[in-house]
Amino acid sequence: MSAQSSSHPHPTIARRKIAEALFKVLGLCSLAIGVGTLVLLFGALVFQGITRIDWQFLMSFPSRHAAQAGILPAWVGSTLIMLVTAVVGVPLGVAASIYLEEYARRTWMTELIEVTVTNLAGVPSIIYGLLALGLFVYILGLGENILVAGLTLALLILPVVIVTTREAIRAIPVEIREAAYALGATKWQTVAHHVLPYSSAGILTGIILALSRAIGETAPIVTIGALTFIAFLPPAPITTHPPYVSFDWLLSPFTVMPIQMFGWVSRPGEDFAGNAAAAGVLLVVMTLTMNGAAIYLRYRMRKQVTW
Amino acid sequence: MNLVDSPQPQDWPKPLKAETRALSFSYGTRLALKNLSIPIAEYQITSLIGPSGCGKSTFLRCFNRMHDLYSGNRYEGEILLYPDHRNILAREVDPIEVRMRVGMVFQKPNPFPKSIYENVAYGLKVRGTTEREMLDEKVEQALRSAALWEEVKDRLLARATSLSGGQQQRLCIARALATDPELLLLDEPTSALDPMATASIEELLLDLKRRVTILIVTHNMQQAARVSDWTAFMYLGELVEFGLTKQLFTTPVKKQTEDYITGRFG
Repeated sequence: MSAQSSSHPHPTIARRKIAEALFKVLGLCSLAIGVGTLVLLFGALVFQGITRIDWQFLMSFPSRHAAQAGILPAWVGSTLIMLVTAVVGVPLGVAASIYLEEYARRTWMTELIEVTVTNLAGVPSIIYGLLALGLFVYILGLGENILVAGLTLALLILPVVIVTTREAIRAIPVEIREAAYALGATKWQTVAHHVLPYSSAGILTGIILALSRAIGETAPIVTIGALTFIAFLPPAPITTHPPYVSFDWLLSPFTVMPIQMFGWVSRPGEDFAGNAAAAGVLLVVMTLTMNGAAIYLRYRMRKQVTW
Repeated sequence: MNLVDSPQPQDWPKPLKAETRALSFSYGTRLALKNLSIPIAEYQITSLIGPSGCGKSTFLRCFNRMHDLYSGNRYEGEILLYPDHRNILAREVDPIEVRMRVGMVFQKPNPFPKSIYENVAYGLKVRGTTEREMLDEKVEQALRSAALWEEVKDRLLARATSLSGGQQQRLCIARALATDPELLLLDEPTSALDPMATASIEELLLDLKRRVTILIVTHNMQQAARVSDWTAFMYLGELVEFGLTKQLFTTPVKKQTEDYITGRFG
C-alpha cells in the first residue's frame, strides 16, 4: 500500500483537475456567448446608425424622407416623461420605504406589503400599461399625454425604488440610530439627520437604475397611446409672460425614443433602418450615461460617508 | 418570587440619584430581568457585573428607555429619578424626555460619520440650540470634560471616524456630556479598546463623577473594582448582591458572588 501511495500519492487529483478545466472552458464559453452577442449587436447598431447621428438628426421632426427625419420630439418626449416619472415616483418610493423600515411595526400586514412590493417589481411592464389605461385614461379621464405616461412609468419604477431604498436604509448600522435616539432625537430627526444622508448613495443609485430601466420601456407607453409620428413639440415649460412657467406640456401628446425607433424599423426601405439604428445608439448612450452617473455618484458619496 | 435577599435599605447609599423598584423586564415572553431593586448613588459610580447574558446591559438600557425602540418589550416596576421622584417607566412619560436627562455611551464607539464638532453638538441641535457661540462653548466644554480637547482642538471639522478607537469612545462620552445629563450610562465602554485607551477612559470616569452620576456595565471585574463605589452582581436576570465595591470584592456575603469574583465560574 505504501508503494502504491508513493507512486500515486493522490490518485484523485488528476481526475478532479479535469472537472476543473472543464468548468473553466464552460464558464468562458458562457461569458463569450453572453457578452459577445451584446457587443456584436451594439457594434452592428453603431455601424449601421453612426452616419445618421448629427445635429440635424437630433433637431429635426420625423419626415417621409429618411434623410430629413430626426428624433427631436422623441428625445424631448423621453426627457419630459422621465421628469414626471422622477418627480412622482421618487418621493413616493423613498417615503414609503422610510415608513416601512423606520416607522411601521412588524406585523403580518407589513410582511404582506413587503412581499407584494417585491413581487410587483417583477410584474411585466405591459400590465402596468393596461392598469394605467384603465385608471388614468378611462376612469380618471386624464387623456393620453405626457402626464399619464410619466405617471405610468412612475408606477412601474415605484417597487424598484422601494426595494433598493429599503436595502440602502437597512445597511445603516443600528448603533448609529441608537446613538441618535440616546441623545434625545425623535424618529424623524434620526431619519432626516442620519438615516437618509448616510444611505443617500444607495438610494440614488437605485433611483437612477430604475429610471434608466423606465426610459427604455415601450409596452406601457404604447398601451396608453404614444404616437409614432409627431411633428410638433410640447408647449415650452417657460413662457415670456407672467407667470413665466406653464404646465401645458403635461397635457401634450407625445412620443418617446423606443417608439420612434420602432416606427422606423417597421417601415420598408434601408434608409429608415439607418434612422432606427441611430435612434437605438442614442437610446443606449442615454441609458449608459445614466448608469455611469449612478456609479459615479455612489463612488463620490461612499467616500463622503466613512464608518 | 425573589429568593435572593434584596439589600436592606438601611445599607443603601445616600443621597440617591435614581432607584429601581421591583423592576422586571421581558423581551416578548422571555423574562430577562426579575424583580430588581437597586439604588444608584448620586455623584458616584455604580457598576453592574455578572456573566454574559445575566441581563446587566438589559438593565442599563431600561434607564433611557432604549427598549422602547423595539416592539414586544415590556417593563414592570418603577425606575425613580431623583430629586423629582419621576417614575421614568410611567406610561405618560415620553422616552424622549427620559433620554434628554440620561446620557448613554455604547459598547462599540459609534460616532456619526460627520465632523468631530457636529458629533458633540448633535444633542444640542436636537434640542433646538442654533446659536453659534453657545454651541462652540458647549462643544469645547464637553470635549474638555472628556479629556479630548487638546487632541482635537485643531481639527474639529475633521471626520470623527478618522480618530482612533479610544479617541472615538471619548468623543462619544463628550457627545453624551454636551447636553449636561443627570445620569450617564456606559455599556461596557472599554470592551473594544486596548489597555492604554481603557486606562484613559477609567481615569476620565473617576474625574467625571464629581459632575455626573455614573452607571457602568462591565464584564471586567478589575475595572469594576478600580472605578466604582458601588457594585451590583447579577446572575440570570436577578440581583445576587449589592454593596460597597470594597466590601463586595473583599468580603462578599453570598457564596455565588465569591465564586464569581474569584473566577470559579462565569
